Amino acid sequence: MNRFAKLFAALDQTTKTNAKVTALAGYFRDAPDDDKLWTIALLSGRRPRRTVTTTSLREWAAEAARIPLWLFEECYPIVGDLAETIALILPPATRTSDRSLTHWITEIRALAARDEPARKAAILDAWDQLGSTERFLFNKLITGGFRIGVSQKLMTRALAQATGHDEAALAHRLMGDWTPDRTSFHALVEADDPAAELSRPYPFYLAYQLDTAPEDLGPVTDWLAEHKWDGIRGQLVLRGGQHFVWSRGEDLMTDRFPELAAAVDFVPPGTVIDGEILAWKDASPLSFSALQKRIGRKTVPKKLLAEAPVILKAYDLLEWQGEDLRATPLAARRTLLENLIEGLPNTAPIRLSPALDAANWRHLAQARAKSRALGAEGLMLKRKDSAYQIGRKKGDWWKWKVDPLSVDAVMIYAQQGHGRRANLFTDFTFAVWDAGNLVPFTKAYSGLTDAEFRQITQWVRKNTIDRYGPVRAVTPTYVFEIHFEGIQASPRHKSGIALRFPRIARWRHDKPIQEANTLQDLREILASYG
Amino acid sequence: MAVLSVTPEGIYCEAGGFHIDPWRPVDRALITHGHADHARPGHRRYLCTGPAAPVIRHRLGQIDLDTMRYGEERRIDGATVSFHPAGHVPGSAQIRVAVSGEVWVVSGDYKLEPDGLCEPFEPVQADTFITECTFGLPVFTWTPQAEVAQDINRWWADTVAAGRTPILGAYSLGKAQRILTMLDAAIGPILTHGAIENTNEVLRAQGIALPATIRVTPDTDPKRHPGAVVLAPPSALGSAWANRFGATSTAFASGWMRLRGVRRRRAADRGFVISDHADWPGLNAAIRETGAERVLVTHGYTAQFRRWLETQGYDAQEVETEFEGESLETAEPDSAA
Repeated sequence: MNRFAKLFAALDQTTKTNAKVTALAGYFRDAPDDDKLWTIALLSGRRPRRTVTTTSLREWAAEAARIPLWLFEECYPIVGDLAETIALILPPATRTSDRSLTHWITEIRALAARDEPARKAAILDAWDQLGSTERFLFNKLITGGFRIGVSQKLMTRALAQATGHDEAALAHRLMGDWTPDRTSFHALVEADDPAAELSRPYPFYLAYQLDTAPEDLGPVTDWLAEHKWDGIRGQLVLRGGQHFVWSRGEDLMTDRFPELAAAVDFVPPGTVIDGEILAWKDASPLSFSALQKRIGRKTVPKKLLAEAPVILKAYDLLEWQGEDLRATPLAARRTLLENLIEGLPNTAPIRLSPALDAANWRHLAQARAKSRALGAEGLMLKRKDSAYQIGRKKGDWWKWKVDPLSVDAVMIYAQQGHGRRANLFTDFTFAVWDAGNLVPFTKAYSGLTDAEFRQITQWVRKNTIDRYGPVRAVTPTYVFEIHFEGIQASPRHKSGIALRFPRIARWRHDKPIQEANTLQDLREILASYG
Repeated sequence: MAVLSVTPEGIYCEAGGFHIDPWRPVDRALITHGHADHARPGHRRYLCTGPAAPVIRHRLGQIDLDTMRYGEERRIDGATVSFHPAGHVPGSAQIRVAVSGEVWVVSGDYKLEPDGLCEPFEPVQADTFITECTFGLPVFTWTPQAEVAQDINRWWADTVAAGRTPILGAYSLGKAQRILTMLDAAIGPILTHGAIENTNEVLRAQGIALPATIRVTPDTDPKRHPGAVVLAPPSALGSAWANRFGATSTAFASGWMRLRGVRRRRAADRGFVISDHADWPGLNAAIRETGAERVLVTHGYTAQFRRWLETQGYDAQEVETEFEGESLETAEPDSAA
């Protein structure tokens, strides 16, 4: 694992993209194939299944460090990362070893079949022969979540450099349902494999939030406008008589949405459609919370299928008659898509995401303003002559979302962040007034600058009135403007409501806490938009 | 009656009528060392060790300052006081106060590992020990100085080889000079920021040997010093001052660099774990060696450390002071160092 640890250190020690790509490319040139394959897997979110609970890891680490468990628990929020806390707290290793990354992953996975004492012995044995970085990585392999500042895109670029393959072709190859068990480095990166190609989705093209006035985009006639649907982005792949449904995060969701299987009856093989999976009844989408019930389920009970049936709201055609259309201009892809859907019966689980007619930008602005009432989050603007690109690229596709819903709330609890923001108070609970009391209704994390987080951190330290584990109650003093995308009734919460995508928009230094919103205000928003 | 108590002005000895490292102006202040949170302006009379005096004078200007040798005893009214090496920065001391046979020791800031620069820490027997605990959690353990020195020198050489200028951020009193003694002058010249060089001059004048350095002035042309490493206070990293060096690799030296989250937030390329405060094993060893039954903990992870000491059989209490230690805030970007 020394080589992998060196790679990690090199990536961790720089903030410069080129240096990261160089380090990764060097690794991809020199490392053994098995390790390369696992590295690609880890950096694309394919981690081994957890075989040891974090509870056990904490106990064993505290025991090995000869400290009480409560002291370990005190360290964790300050370090901000469990794998790192364990690595820091353990006594120095008494032996050294240089087993490969693949060796350790194999060891960790083998623990699944063993009993708890055997697991403990194996983990303690591993800790005792790994250096500090290696230990941290070993723990990360167990606990998961390999966020080390390397995006899949950056990894793909490095792999392209090391192998001489085209980056876009590699990005496509790395998509889909592979795991290191079922492929090899050669098969994944080098060889032609028709079976793997059958299910493989295309890398998704992602839009940026519009950051200028729409008029700055040029004539409205250059643009295709449609609603931005509030569902799950998905690709429906039909090849060789089978169908596959992929999420943007490359999860294979085929079994979760059995309704889409009917597509095979209507749509010819050699077709890939990009669209939004929505819970849909009659002619309009159900709320996102209806869809949410479906997301967590691998198999769907009949009742739920009836309550929240899904469709694919189609907006792009990436493959037709087995041909990759991504370089074809959007307008032409769109014509093919419209023709395809026009021929489908009403019972087919695919609907067209209609293009909005507009003579000028003002018309579109009006459509955008009304979109929340239609269950949409705003508009998408796509340049008619645009190709279907890879990843997030500026210029041709824009999200033009409706203004978020907003409420002014009082901060009442604070908690330290994790990872990059460990040691700063970044996680806050906010409250609104109800009959003279402050009722908590949401948490929010993002939205302040690092300087503001530092300022609030110092303030929290001096104004703590109570502690509940890592949570601190603070003197209600500051009002924050909270933005959110949606609201729903929630009996699980004390306030009776739950927000979607809450975030801090502004620190309202100008507002005293008496002027914060009330629970009644939230109930009215719920009545209008819930 | 307690030998020492905490008043709004600071740690106070009623029997001797003096304060130790007070944070509000007082009549008579005994000072452990010259860092700004311990040696503050505005007191009528100051008392510190001989080697701590030049820096304190340099920082506070015209003050009424008396000095004592390490180990020398002096009677102040009803108390007997003496200063003992704390190993924190040159001249730093723990202060021992004895009243009617009861001994209290105020640690000030301290570390156990000899750093080759300041007088090494000496344990002092005490009934009650008032200790800092800046790094009072078991995740904080330091690697030996020689190993960190190797890492720093390798980073220096590698950065130069890559055509960049290495800039290392370190506090201008103590940490910077300690790092100076760790640098391998065979690699190249050492450039220093004015704030650090001013302290260097004070320390050299009192006979402390430091390697040759070149002060960076507005006229300094970095090209005339190829292969140089630059030493600057943390606040200068990423500032306009640093622009003159062109392409750089930045590093920061602090105990907080032990934590990856802090290291990344600093947005420096490297973090070297090096502190003038005791690590977890150091704090525990120091407390053990005082033989004290009662331990009062100040600045740092006081709540956690007190609870830990209780499990180890000590009568432990937290005391609120205004000392900052190697505060995390000063390890953060955009704040005063």
